[in-house]
Amino acid sequence: MAEKTYKWVGTRQPRPDGADKVTGRARFGADFDMPGQLVGKVLRSPHAHANIRSIDTSKAEALPGVKAVMTSADMPDMPDEMAPAGEVMVNLRDVTRNVMAREKALYDGHAVAAVAATTEAIARQALALIEVDYEVLPHVIDVDQAVAEGAPILHENLRTKNVDGAEDTLTNVAARIQFTKGDMDSGWSQADVVIEHAFTTKPVHQGYIEPHAAVASTTEDGQVQLWCSTQGQFNVRGYCAKLLGMETSQIRVTPSEIGGGFGGKTVVYGEPLAIKLSQKAGKPVKIVMTREEVFRGSGPTAAGAMDVKLGATKDGRIVAADLNIRMQAGAFPGAPVGPACMCSFACYDIDNINVVGFDVVSNRPKVAAYRAPGSPVAAWGVESAINMLAEKLGMDQLELRIKNAAREGTKTHYGPTFKDIGMAATLDAAKNSPHYQTPLKPGQGRGVAVGFWFNIGMDSSAACHVGEDGTVTLISGSPDIGGSRASLALMAAEELGVDYQKIRPIVADTASIGFNFLTGGSRVTFATGMAVVQAVREAIDELRARAAKLWEVDVEAVIWEDGCAKPAGSNVGDFEPLSLAEIAVNAGKTGGPINGHAQLNAQGAGPGFGAQIYDVSVDQDTGHVTVDRCTVVQDVGTAIHPDYVEGQLQGGVVQGIGWALNEEYIYNDKGQLENTGFLDYRMPVASDLPMIEPIIVEVPNPNHPYGVRGVGEVPIVPPMAAIGNAIAGATGIRMTDLPMSPPKLSAAIDAARVSEAADD
Amino acid sequence: MAKVILTRWLARQFTAGQIEHQVPGLTIRALARELEYRYPGIIKHLEDGVAVAIDGEIYQNAFLEKVEPNSEVAFMPPIEGG
Amino acid sequence: MAKNHVTTTINGEPVEFLCETHETMLDVLRNDLGLTGSKEGCGSGDCGACSVMVDGRLACACLMLGAEAEGRSIETIEGMAAGEELHPLQKNFVKEAALQCGICTPGVLVAAKALLERNPDPTETEVRYWLAGNLCRCTGYDKIIRAVMDTAAEMRAN
Ligand code: FES
Ligand code: FES
Repeated sequence: MAEKTYKWVGTRQPRPDGADKVTGRARFGADFDMPGQLVGKVLRSPHAHANIRSIDTSKAEALPGVKAVMTSADMPDMPDEMAPAGEVMVNLRDVTRNVMAREKALYDGHAVAAVAATTEAIARQALALIEVDYEVLPHVIDVDQAVAEGAPILHENLRTKNVDGAEDTLTNVAARIQFTKGDMDSGWSQADVVIEHAFTTKPVHQGYIEPHAAVASTTEDGQVQLWCSTQGQFNVRGYCAKLLGMETSQIRVTPSEIGGGFGGKTVVYGEPLAIKLSQKAGKPVKIVMTREEVFRGSGPTAAGAMDVKLGATKDGRIVAADLNIRMQAGAFPGAPVGPACMCSFACYDIDNINVVGFDVVSNRPKVAAYRAPGSPVAAWGVESAINMLAEKLGMDQLELRIKNAAREGTKTHYGPTFKDIGMAATLDAAKNSPHYQTPLKPGQGRGVAVGFWFNIGMDSSAACHVGEDGTVTLISGSPDIGGSRASLALMAAEELGVDYQKIRPIVADTASIGFNFLTGGSRVTFATGMAVVQAVREAIDELRARAAKLWEVDVEAVIWEDGCAKPAGSNVGDFEPLSLAEIAVNAGKTGGPINGHAQLNAQGAGPGFGAQIYDVSVDQDTGHVTVDRCTVVQDVGTAIHPDYVEGQLQGGVVQGIGWALNEEYIYNDKGQLENTGFLDYRMPVASDLPMIEPIIVEVPNPNHPYGVRGVGEVPIVPPMAAIGNAIAGATGIRMTDLPMSPPKLSAAIDAARVSEAADD
Repeated sequence: MAKVILTRWLARQFTAGQIEHQVPGLTIRALARELEYRYPGIIKHLEDGVAVAIDGEIYQNAFLEKVEPNSEVAFMPPIEGG
Repeated sequence: MAKNHVTTTINGEPVEFLCETHETMLDVLRNDLGLTGSKEGCGSGDCGACSVMVDGRLACACLMLGAEAEGRSIETIEGMAAGEELHPLQKNFVKEAALQCGICTPGVLVAAKALLERNPDPTETEVRYWLAGNLCRCTGYDKIIRAVMDTAAEMRAN
């Protein structure tokens, strides 16, 4: 494809919210206050699994300073069916129970009641006065234990979806899903070499530094204003309306600046509670989670247990692949098992594939999305097994991947056939990278892994308002997590042909712009970007029409070029170009304000592929792993703002390093979470890491005006397996359970020493 | 005729296991209606809570999307993301 | 319970406030004085989002009581820019995209400034260890470290 040259797209401009964010002026969720607001606090279950016999709130209500107390009885129950809320299909019966427990508490940290009081101290005191009569039940945390015979059952009404004859069986398995391609028997019969292994991961938290925060203000006539930190103000509106039996138009949600989300802020927790408390108290209510509440009460990602089997011919052609994956959804169904199954072998061109997945509930917080939900879990097993296959075949780990890479025309096991994709280009870039070309130092190991994410489109609206001085306000409804305002403004500047600094992008509330699906799935620069481009083009058409009026010519005779209206040809007449500012200043005389609007359901998101390379050293005594070097290669379509593309890659990689080496939820025998703070839930810090070298591959997506695919999801897919592969390279030890933390790795090293000694 | 690919579950429920189908129609809706004619009850599973890949590109809520005469149309679980 | 009357200096200005004994300095800054630039990521000294300077030493405002500010000099992110003029670190953080969501940024900037005041020529490793108390979940630290190093070089040159 011919290189397009752009003036603004692809340049590294300062972000529009930069000055606000380096001076402390930017207002995040907890920075917003309303006059006279009350402090809302949530009482959480100390039990992993318990019937709630009764809740007595009378003492709390009697405490001076307490203005409202609520339980699930204050919210209508919901039918057990899938229904749309803010365009996400959810089971509202489950959502309302996750927001506040009804007949049962299903995990340590599950909300059971909430209060609003004049001060935080009084609110805490009030929580202590609420009497909950629990009947503690046996609990189950681990996913394989949850599916085992005789496991404690979380939901009496749950039946396994998609399985015939499951109507009468109590179960923790919410759904079974299967994808197949080709013929497995014929695949295995062609295989000279077979690898079969089991792998497990732990749930990990998205780890955003900003806890969830919401302020609700309600009026007697039923209006609601809500300010909160969210990835999707329209989704919050949809959820709250359903859960509280309101109309969406009554609820106006204003998103604050958001201090990280990564998928974890796509659902609601305190938001509907703050609204309900505010309605009961007649005053604004602010609920801010503590860090402990974030860990105990908000959703981590799903963990999985899986068996992977691969077969290949002697020359390294993979002919059969089988995956059986059980994913834990937390207390309510909805693990991202579909995407896990679909992504699992998407990087490869394999003729015979069988993938079976299970969505399993257990007594943990309900999972929420986390970057490429499901894909990293499957990749941990599959990409580890690919390296085991390479070892057995005596092939280079990258060569084996190149040989089997998905290409244009590869039919995936979940149905579609790939068109122009960047998998091969990504692997080539990895192979030719300075990193891969550099020999290892003694004692180091090198690991490679690849990853896939679909990227998504969905609904976006945008508006472009031309001011009287020719500067532009760009309005979208997609919360800006990692610099998307800058990307949107760059595309608008490119279209308009004006200076990037003349464009001011804002993120609007739910009443000020049309519906926007949430920020997630790597969709904003793609989908909202498309809406922005369309809105700007509509404004340009209007600008041309105004110039045509001024020149008294047909609009077709006016073109837009370099930020000016120009005659389309010399036969139109001899007119000096009219700049945006010149047209804008006369807007009133030529027909009024000049704006453009667009709304669309963006289709044709381009699949994203990535490859990563890690060099690690392992301390043989402590089992401590140091990442010495890391390169992340990814096809992003077009990098609109390369700095923020690199930032997404680097950030995703480091979250993956944490997932690989340290992060996990630790439960005691009562099913209570033990590591509820950053000290014990150890995320990577600066001194743990090297620089992360990004290599951006650009295979433009033909369905986007600037070729955008999406960036943010793929980078977290390969790290766990790639690091496991590097550890295997350095030590000869294959780790199969995450995280590969020092105690586990040193135990494995010791065990290997013992068996070596026994062999001598 | 478009080549329609159903999920295994839909195939089991409605088409006696047949995953691939040749279906006439120029939009997703037309394909869905034709399938409904052949397999009564299937349409509600093709309308809500699914994504569809037309020639390898994923479309969500794409009922009116155009389909070329020899397109490959694969129904699949919906995708959200982080 | 009577509140404590505290007289202190914040960003060079004399300030008086009343606080409960149990109130942290972070609560005082954010809730009583409207200085919400310091963030609460954990409330337990583990994330560094609340970093401030107390008499020239880097501290977590969430681990300090409001009453402890008596007679001291506190500097917060709000005092970092000199009027209209951003501090070189602030400028370079924007220029080099050393922030994504920006929630960690105030704390990182306060900590980085403290580093450059005591060590104008830090190595990459020194920067990484100095900032090890400031969690950032978005950036992978790469661009933060580069921006600090570049600012150090720039400030040495000027
Ligand atoms: S809020 Fe003070 S260190 Fe986290
Ligand atoms: S930029 Fe988001 S936590 Fe650092």
